[in-house]
Amino acid sequence: MSLLKPGHRGCAGCCDALAGKFVLDALGEDTIVVSPTGCLEVFTTPYPESAWGVPWVHSLFENAAAVASGVEAALKALGRKNHTKIVAIGGDGATLDIGLQAISGAFERGHDFTYICVDNEAYMNTGIQRSSATPLYASTTTSPSGKVSFGNPQHKKNMPAIIAAHGSPYVATASVAYAPDMIKKVKKAAEIKGPTYVHVHAPCCTGWKFEGSKTIEVGRLAVETAMWPLYEMENGVVTNVRKLKNRKPVEEYLKVQGRFKHLFTMEGGSEEIKKIQAIADWNVKHFGLE
Amino acid sequence: MRKSMVVVEGSYAVAHAVKVCKPNVISAYPITPQTHIVEDLSQFAADGEMNCEYMNVESEFSAISALIGASATGARTYTSTTSQGLALMHEALFNASGMRLPIVMTVVNRALSAPINIWNDQQDSISQRDTGWIQLYAEDVQESADMVPQLFKLSEDPDVLLPSMACMDGFILSHVYEPVILLEQGLTDEYLPPYSPEFMLDPKNPMSFGAFADPSTYTEFRYKQEKAMGEALKKIEEIANEFKDIYGRYYGGLIEGYALDDAEIVIMAMGSVIGTIKDTIDELRHDGESVGLLKVRSFRPFPADAIRAALKNAKVIVTLDKNISIGKNEGALCTEVKACLHNTDTRVPVIGFMLGHGGRDIPMSTIKKIINKAKLVEKGIFVESEFADLREDLA
Repeated sequence: MSLLKPGHRGCAGCCDALAGKFVLDALGEDTIVVSPTGCLEVFTTPYPESAWGVPWVHSLFENAAAVASGVEAALKALGRKNHTKIVAIGGDGATLDIGLQAISGAFERGHDFTYICVDNEAYMNTGIQRSSATPLYASTTTSPSGKVSFGNPQHKKNMPAIIAAHGSPYVATASVAYAPDMIKKVKKAAEIKGPTYVHVHAPCCTGWKFEGSKTIEVGRLAVETAMWPLYEMENGVVTNVRKLKNRKPVEEYLKVQGRFKHLFTMEGGSEEIKKIQAIADWNVKHFGLE
Repeated sequence: MRKSMVVVEGSYAVAHAVKVCKPNVISAYPITPQTHIVEDLSQFAADGEMNCEYMNVESEFSAISALIGASATGARTYTSTTSQGLALMHEALFNASGMRLPIVMTVVNRALSAPINIWNDQQDSISQRDTGWIQLYAEDVQESADMVPQLFKLSEDPDVLLPSMACMDGFILSHVYEPVILLEQGLTDEYLPPYSPEFMLDPKNPMSFGAFADPSTYTEFRYKQEKAMGEALKKIEEIANEFKDIYGRYYGGLIEGYALDDAEIVIMAMGSVIGTIKDTIDELRHDGESVGLLKVRSFRPFPADAIRAALKNAKVIVTLDKNISIGKNEGALCTEVKACLHNTDTRVPVIGFMLGHGGRDIPMSTIKKIINKAKLVEKGIFVESEFADLREDLA
């Protein structure tokens, strides 16, 4: 049985539950998990129940990296570090927004831990509000499309680059839609000494508005359209990318999600889709995806 | 001066006390006037005198957060901060207490901004009153240092398991050089056993910390914190007495009286101002005046029963507060003392004075002025609460 046990309260088709399961599949029992506040934390631990088959701690929304660094320091001080892996699993809000300072501090100090961002591109736990991981023109409850708006006006923050700039020995992107690839990267991140980072793209059926049975399909479309490039960086240098054979146009990814529906119905929408296509084209060029 | 005494800065005495308590993890961020404590601790670590992970973190918020992780992993943990740093920790203070983690922190009391001011008052720790932390207030340097092992012992008690603050007045105690006895390692080992928690993060025995509690269970978590504070109330006296047995020093447990038994006017206060009040009382007693002191050492848990008993014979009660609840025109001690007397037979006036804000000195002349005002109460002339040391040219 998975170390993330059944009976939790995740939605059917939940990307976070998949991510949590894959992380524990990769790391095994000798792992301590730190969660910031978020969907994964809430739906796995309705007191007195817990879905976690490994030691798990949640403190606050913005401090998971600091808590994880304290766990690591304590294990070292108590002579219990041995091979125990410490992993923080946070959502995009907890990682790119409110927890950024604590993450920067923990990476600068060089603790031996892995931070995994499960990025579903908005504050899903509080009801689909935009975060700095929300992509251009996604409609959320705080960046809704409207008569004079195409939705979220900002581009997604490039978090892997920020972590790489801290001198992290290993930064990777992954997707819940490519489980073997994700598991391999999480395992590698945990085995490398020092602070390492895996940024996992995680389609949220509730927030992105698609059927719960389509999580993997939507995740694959993000990769196949180059909206989510899969790559590894070692010591700041891109060392491995997942190449695309027959890249699809971004419309194929956008049209299956309710959060982009307005781009296909509003006047001028097709012009705006070109801007999203330009993001995918930049990814292809920057990471050499083709 | 006793032979074993040395003249050191208050911060050094505290840092040394921390060292002999053998913490496993220290995490801190520098802020005036706490800096000397963490500098001294860093030096101990650099010199290999402490077998401890010393973490230089990027904010007070991460300092306390790292200790939440470390404490949950089974480590003895310590930090120190003040003022803005303590305010920045606010959210995590509730969390540390709710998770029942016995973190010990020296709060070097300082005023809060705006206007920015680095000097002493007690607004910072008083403003964290309801976070679920034990709060003791030290009178002098020796007590500030001696509180550290006392609070580790108290916080780590399985019946308590609450974090605690050792509060010492900024500059007045942190930067003063006084003769003190540095805590002996041997005596401290005898007094304070190693921390061995029943619950911790350990892959051999997985547990979940910090779960989500809905309305059907949340209330009982709060109830149990309150119950643990009740246990602390009983044990503060015990640990102070055990400390006396081993080290030979005693400061009172929850409260301490001075010239109290027959006093008609009783002054109540916390922290370093106690010394000034004692000197003033000595003078006034010499002149035949009936004035006494009730030092409040434990503000959380609040020793309501002990205070009621100690105030039985008082005719006028005077509270001194280095803080204010703006909009109530009252300091916290004043409010709490009034409240604890309300459902009792003690029907005497309680008058409050707010003073010493932002480092304004409290000379004996101010204490005398306050006592003179207390004497007018018999004639029915009094205000319930006021600033004691306002500058008329600025007010």
